[in-house]
Amino acid sequence: MSEIYMPRLSDTMEEGVISSWVKNVGDKVASGDVLVEIETDKAVMEYEAYEDGYLVQQAVSEGDTVPIGAVIGYIGDSPDTAPPESGGESAPAEQEQETAGEPAPETGGGTEQQPAQAPAPEQPAPSGPDGSAGTRPRSSPLARRLAREYGLDIESISGSGPKGRIVRADIEAAAKQQQAEPEAAPATAPQAAAPQAAAPAAPAGQEAYDDGRASSELQVSNVRKVIARRLTQSKQEAPHFYLRRTIDAEALKAFRAQINTQLEETGTKVSFNDLIVKACATTLRTHPEVNRSWVDEKLLQHGRINVGVAVAVEAGLIVPVLHDTDKMALSEIAERSRELAGRAREGKLKPQEMSGGTFSVSNLGMYGMDSFSAVINPPEAAILAVGAMKQQPVVHEGEVVARNTIALELSVDHRAVDGAVGAAFLKDLAEVLENPMRIVV
Amino acid sequence: MSVITYRQALRDTLRAEMLRDDNVLLLGEEIGLFEGSYKITEGLLNEFGEKRVRDTPISEEGFVGAAVGAAMMGLRPVVELMTINFSLIAIDQIINHAAKIYGMFGGQTSVPMVIRTPGGGGQQLGATHSQNIELFYAFVPGLKVLAPSTPADAAAMLRAAIRDDDPVMLLENLGLYNSKGEVPDGDESVAEIGRAAVTREGGDITLIGYSRMAAVGRQVAEQLAEEDISVEVVDLRSLRPLDRQTVVDSVRKTGCAVIAEDDWLTYGIGAEIAASIQEGAFDYLDAPVRRVAMAEVPLPYAKPLENAALPSAESITTAVKETLSAVGKRVG
Amino acid sequence: MADTAKAKGGGTARSTGGRRRSRKDSTTSATGGTTSGVADEKPDVLLDYYRRMLLVRRFEERTGQAYTQARIGGYCHLNLGEEATVVGLMESLQERDYLYTNYRDHGYAIHKGMSPRRVMAELYGRTDGVAKGWGGSMHMYDTQTRMLGGYGIVGGQLPLATGAALAVSYRGGDEIVMCQLGDGTTNIGAWHEALNLASLWNLPIVYAIVNNFTGMGTTVEKSSAEPDLYKRGSAYRIEGVRVDGRDVLAVRDAAVDLVEKARSEQRPYILECTSYRLKGHSVVDPAKYRTEEQVAQARANDPLAAFEDQLEKAGVLTEDKKKEIADSVKDEVADAADFAENSPPPDVSTLFDYTYATPVANESRRMPADPVFAE
Repeated sequence: MSEIYMPRLSDTMEEGVISSWVKNVGDKVASGDVLVEIETDKAVMEYEAYEDGYLVQQAVSEGDTVPIGAVIGYIGDSPDTAPPESGGESAPAEQEQETAGEPAPETGGGTEQQPAQAPAPEQPAPSGPDGSAGTRPRSSPLARRLAREYGLDIESISGSGPKGRIVRADIEAAAKQQQAEPEAAPATAPQAAAPQAAAPAAPAGQEAYDDGRASSELQVSNVRKVIARRLTQSKQEAPHFYLRRTIDAEALKAFRAQINTQLEETGTKVSFNDLIVKACATTLRTHPEVNRSWVDEKLLQHGRINVGVAVAVEAGLIVPVLHDTDKMALSEIAERSRELAGRAREGKLKPQEMSGGTFSVSNLGMYGMDSFSAVINPPEAAILAVGAMKQQPVVHEGEVVARNTIALELSVDHRAVDGAVGAAFLKDLAEVLENPMRIVV
Repeated sequence: MSVITYRQALRDTLRAEMLRDDNVLLLGEEIGLFEGSYKITEGLLNEFGEKRVRDTPISEEGFVGAAVGAAMMGLRPVVELMTINFSLIAIDQIINHAAKIYGMFGGQTSVPMVIRTPGGGGQQLGATHSQNIELFYAFVPGLKVLAPSTPADAAAMLRAAIRDDDPVMLLENLGLYNSKGEVPDGDESVAEIGRAAVTREGGDITLIGYSRMAAVGRQVAEQLAEEDISVEVVDLRSLRPLDRQTVVDSVRKTGCAVIAEDDWLTYGIGAEIAASIQEGAFDYLDAPVRRVAMAEVPLPYAKPLENAALPSAESITTAVKETLSAVGKRVG
Repeated sequence: MADTAKAKGGGTARSTGGRRRSRKDSTTSATGGTTSGVADEKPDVLLDYYRRMLLVRRFEERTGQAYTQARIGGYCHLNLGEEATVVGLMESLQERDYLYTNYRDHGYAIHKGMSPRRVMAELYGRTDGVAKGWGGSMHMYDTQTRMLGGYGIVGGQLPLATGAALAVSYRGGDEIVMCQLGDGTTNIGAWHEALNLASLWNLPIVYAIVNNFTGMGTTVEKSSAEPDLYKRGSAYRIEGVRVDGRDVLAVRDAAVDLVEKARSEQRPYILECTSYRLKGHSVVDPAKYRTEEQVAQARANDPLAAFEDQLEKAGVLTEDKKKEIADSVKDEVADAADFAENSPPPDVSTLFDYTYATPVANESRRMPADPVFAE
């Protein structure tokens, strides 16, 4: 956005009249185009644009006179760039209007909106010259760089230097602490059980009328920060596409019952999720093209098949990894999953137990979800979202009958895996689950 | 290996270069019969005669300019200016002529000459005889400006200066003439102009100095080592060209820096070093760069005033410790 | 001011002392030109001087024109009106002798042996210039012809030339150094320091003062307590001579005398050449708006016109010869301007080629907007 000023077009000119606007509001303007004709004390002169853009406002109407240097219009980057509402010190009247205390219009009641009841006088000045810069914590350039490298939020660290300056020692201490908390290890891969549940951003720094229901800032755990960072990265960088398939789960249900009967003595119980995890591993063996990662413009083929299983714990979501899942017996998967989940809840997972995943499974069936779309756990290429087992009317052998089904949705990173490849995988996975003997054979 | 003084190192090198090359001649006030105000040319008149050890009238502009003209003709004059303060009388010949002739005439004639001159205060010489104005010369492209802090460097740099085809200012220091150090016997080493040196390695902080302040800096580093503080000392050695990379590499390692300089702070050599650190090590700085420099007054005669105005081991130690405590390092 | 008319009868330059080691006898003298010389000279020599003076005149006129056309930038000082002094002084030097001058140096450069083409190319700031375009008008320089530079700081060349003479003396050579300077320069400290050193050290150097009686706008009387400038070496026991700088033969004779004495005696000398400022182009064609008396006066003060008159009267310069010389000089100057025009300007990639003769570590080669550390 830049201003167009009344130019000095003659040596004796002090003010000029807008003779006529050649460009209309919204018109595209190229440098050198005639914008406006200006009547000086001597002649009517054409005045050209100095830059490319769009004329977004004619601040002075045709026939009006303004002094040299007054703003006569604005050029913006796009035709709908909003012209400034007030002309700064030159338009005191408009400024008054802006702060006259009219309630802000309600715009749909989203929780993200600033509370509409906030009385205007309480609002801080929209843009004081020093603004909020003074609240930024002091930090040395070295500390800032190290914080970036460690993935630490520098604003959450308190500084020990002069006047609270954050220095290298503070970052290193924070990094050490972060490593000591297992769920905060950088390899942690929180996953997408509730990706849409991002908390509405609290309008930080806003002092609102407090009736006990105002937004307030919460202490953010490191797990939460990692979730935020990694899943943001995933959604921003990995072009997701989604494949859906509902499977007939009758055979799977019978198979599970059969296995669990046999395992009764051992005390081990195989869950549907264990079966699905194993089925994924088995299918990945025949579809290595899904067991890949797109990293730094490179495509990696993973030789091992390591399936991660999302677990909800109090601090957030953790994804313990079953290494070499394809080589594990079902009972092993069942035992190992429970063991890892248990330690995840206690915050006792080791970093290597949360790293190295090549594929993830997220199951919200226990919450009765029909189906959902998961966010890929980077750098993996796909994640399987598993819905609840439900009786549905289906056509079975020519008749409409009630049968147990499970809705599967596969989220795929298009950089690593194309649609047909993902679909072939999901098709085979569905067939394996519908013929569950193939899970183990 | 012998331990000799800075003065001796300079004298021995002058003599050796005069023996090596007939084109080397000395010009300056009181360098012959009187053997030099600071006895750097002791014995040389006797050995080489009036033709090659030429006492000049008190006429700095004249004899510095004559040296420039002689150098244009291929001689290698080594001029002694009694102190750097007197170089101001010859500054037109140094800056407008010696530094310009090679470039201004399209590289046709070089000016292979050396101006040796001591700077430094602390001798109760008063305001006009205690200045450190090497900056004036370090500012000018076309000149090379060296500032040795040890006898070995004094010898190797003087040798390099005499053999170089460009005008070189060799900044000596009144406070260093009697300092001693090891110089290899029969040493023929020629310093590489334009190179700084890490003269002591350390990990906690970088201390940068040149000439006397590099020597004092090494003492400070030694003392602080006893308190478990690890100071890396960078001796600039060459003020033009300036070896920024060595300074920046060190600061990137330690994260903080103190610059010690005998000149005035404002616009001084340290200002250029600090700017370079900001440009080359911005993301590595854990604390603001600190400068220790002379108080900004004409240096007084009275001893307590003079002492108070000059940087010292104590003032450097204070700056180092304050900087380290600002980055959370334990200091005694 | 010395009365040159009176001095005319004084004959050639006299040296009445100044022998090495007998400084007590040093004196100064003023001497006039040698009108009788025209009759004594071979016509070829006279025509050669005439041609060389005309070359300076036309070259400087062309330079002035190019300057007004902005072909030439910076400061530009011309030798107009000093043609006889330039030619006379340069005629006294051997090829092996060295020359230092101030910033008014074009004519000296040409007559010390540089080609007008390369001098003009330097004025144009081109690669074929004598200093590859690094110096410009004030800084003609050529190792080959031993013109060791025009210098822009008044008096700056004096210690340098003295030092060059020291080097000659140090090596026992038989070259001499001539150091040209303007009248205003005799008031600067470097003048006195240089004379003192040259005399103390018995250096073979001739300081040639070109006295047009005006430093920019200040007259010699207003700036010099001793306005007889040739006398200003007396405090250093250096003999000085004054000669009419409008008379090429007088300048030559006086200069040859002092140059050879400097060479044989290994002593410094001072030669003062008086001249008059010419008023640009009006001198070339004064008839339209001047009285006859004024025309005569102007021609007398214009060394070229006066010499032309002399040669015509003596029957040396015929109309045909005059035209032939005029044409050839015109061609030579046009050729120099063409050459300069067609010479390429220096490539920006050569910007850092001449900071140091000995390559050095960490020499800065950054352009104005470059960061100090590229990352």
